[in-house]
Amino acid sequence: MRLSPDNWKLAILAGLAVSAAAVIALPASASFWIIGAVAAMIAAAFVVNAYRRKYYGGLLVAPAIAVLFVMNIFPLLWSLGLSFYAYQSNQQSIRFVGLANYIKVLTNDIMAPANWGALVNTAMFVVLTVTAQMVVGFLLAMLFAKQFPLRKYLLILVLTPMMLSVVASGVFFTYYYDPTFGILSYVVNAITGGQFILMSTKVGAVTGIVFADAWMWSPFVMLLVLAGLVSVPKYLYEAAAIDRVSKWRQFWTITFPYIRGLLMLALLFRTIEAFKLADLVILLTKGGNDTMTISYHLIRIANEQNKTSEGAALSYLMLFMVIVLTNLYLYIANRRSQGA
Amino acid sequence: MAEHNSIWEALGFRKASGVGEAGWGRTLIVAIVSFIYFLPVLFIIFTAFKPQDAALSVPPTLSPTSLFGLIPGQFVFTPTLENFGSVFMRSMTAGGAPEPTGFDRYFFNSIVIASSSVLLALVIGTLAAFGFSRYPLKGNDTYLFIILTTRMLPAIVVIIPVILMFRVVGLSGSYTGIILLYTAFNLAFTIWMMKSFFDELSLDVEDAARIDGSSDTRVFFKIALPQVIAGLAATFVFGLILTWNEFLFALLLSGPDTRTVPVAMNQAVSSGGRGTDWTLLAAIETLFLIPVFLVTFFLQNHLLRGVTFGTVKR
Repeated sequence: MRLSPDNWKLAILAGLAVSAAAVIALPASASFWIIGAVAAMIAAAFVVNAYRRKYYGGLLVAPAIAVLFVMNIFPLLWSLGLSFYAYQSNQQSIRFVGLANYIKVLTNDIMAPANWGALVNTAMFVVLTVTAQMVVGFLLAMLFAKQFPLRKYLLILVLTPMMLSVVASGVFFTYYYDPTFGILSYVVNAITGGQFILMSTKVGAVTGIVFADAWMWSPFVMLLVLAGLVSVPKYLYEAAAIDRVSKWRQFWTITFPYIRGLLMLALLFRTIEAFKLADLVILLTKGGNDTMTISYHLIRIANEQNKTSEGAALSYLMLFMVIVLTNLYLYIANRRSQGA
Repeated sequence: MAEHNSIWEALGFRKASGVGEAGWGRTLIVAIVSFIYFLPVLFIIFTAFKPQDAALSVPPTLSPTSLFGLIPGQFVFTPTLENFGSVFMRSMTAGGAPEPTGFDRYFFNSIVIASSSVLLALVIGTLAAFGFSRYPLKGNDTYLFIILTTRMLPAIVVIIPVILMFRVVGLSGSYTGIILLYTAFNLAFTIWMMKSFFDELSLDVEDAARIDGSSDTRVFFKIALPQVIAGLAATFVFGLILTWNEFLFALLLSGPDTRTVPVAMNQAVSSGGRGTDWTLLAAIETLFLIPVFLVTFFLQNHLLRGVTFGTVKR
């Protein structure tokens, strides 16, 4: 054991001794910082070691992994642990119950039907909103793909909906859909003469939510697709024009390979976000008319009813589903790009 | 005639020529589409200028001017700047004297928290993305997938352990805590996005530079980074928009001194049990929109310049 800045084994040994002493002798808040400093010291040893061995991959990735571990992965593991305990955030007691929370969430007479209903609704919202966003975003990107006068100023108009705070745009959508004051009802009433209430049926409520969500997030898809579209070298199109390749074929053989990666990225991130749809539902329907989503349901269970560990169990079931879905999708995407 | 042309060209009016360019016909079509897409936002901005009683009128008032008699009088309202004043100073109780609302502080908080966390995520994330792209680790895809997983769970699941953790450490209600949390919140997207941009670059240029004796650091800063400026701009804009408007983390983790505008906005419009204060909400949102709108507008040139400008494609 030689004493040098890149000896990480020595750093770990010393670190363990110091943190154990700190935990025993000092209060929690002070010992937390000492353990943090020790972790930083060990990390520094790893960094120096990696630098001496020219191990750049690890070096470049380390800061990101460290931040993600402290702020995301550690809390995630914590709540995974909680899902095996009976724990309520407004009470002190905690005891180990194994898989009981998972069984309860899936089969309990009172909880299970609501959970399954929310799950089915979430699946419906994912399919509808992501499809709408991809189609609208893609069409918008095609509109903006070529250089034309004033393009810059028109593009920013389309991007603005994405910049609005969900609180404001959601509240204003309740106003647009409002049966007495809203614009939509005013227009429809003027045409049909009847009293039109969009949010009174399930179809109407779902349409309203999907419309608002697609309106807000299609620009996201558009911007990613556009970044791919403008990167296609012009000489490819010129060559295709000389060879009299049809527009349709040009799109599939030249344009599409350039935007495929970004299109996939947009699809991936919008799908993940759509699974978490809650804010618009809270603002527009409060879960009424059978529009409850799993994410809103979780907020109710974990925050309003204080059933922390049952919420954690339900969300890990959801995470499992998202992981299976994403893996399937990444597998298909990878196989496609290797085949091409 | 030639002089005339150059003035028009300087203003951005150009005749259609060559591949990838369209003329005024395209402008007209896109203008109509964009305007319709923008209408709900325009309505919010107009509402910010409405007097209180015009906000909930039936039929809804739509325009501050009659456009020379084009719009019937019942849809027109007289614009006022009162609402913007009441964002910062208003009476909290019925008939009370106007008092400061603290919104100047909340705007400051939003700017500090959003900009520092997005920049931090961009620096850390771009380095990591370059590492993942050029120096693959053992189990590279697994790391990338775990990073993606951090975005999959609803915020409410992560938030309870984070609240407990911050309480123990003494970070709750501090700038450091919320900035670190938002940095992590942005990292997954930054890494995936920047990796896909780095993957698109040609390795030939980098290899050529290495053969000519450039160090790895120099290759990164002088060759790889300049080629992904469009990607950096796009990632920065997305990160800023998401962080700027984030609500749930801010609601549960920011203290009275670090409260951000979305949280304050939610409290301001729903307090007092008088229902939503539409004109106040619209005024706050309009002011809140300006910074992020300007940043996006000025970064737009980079967004549209093209990812692989002037280089060999892999």
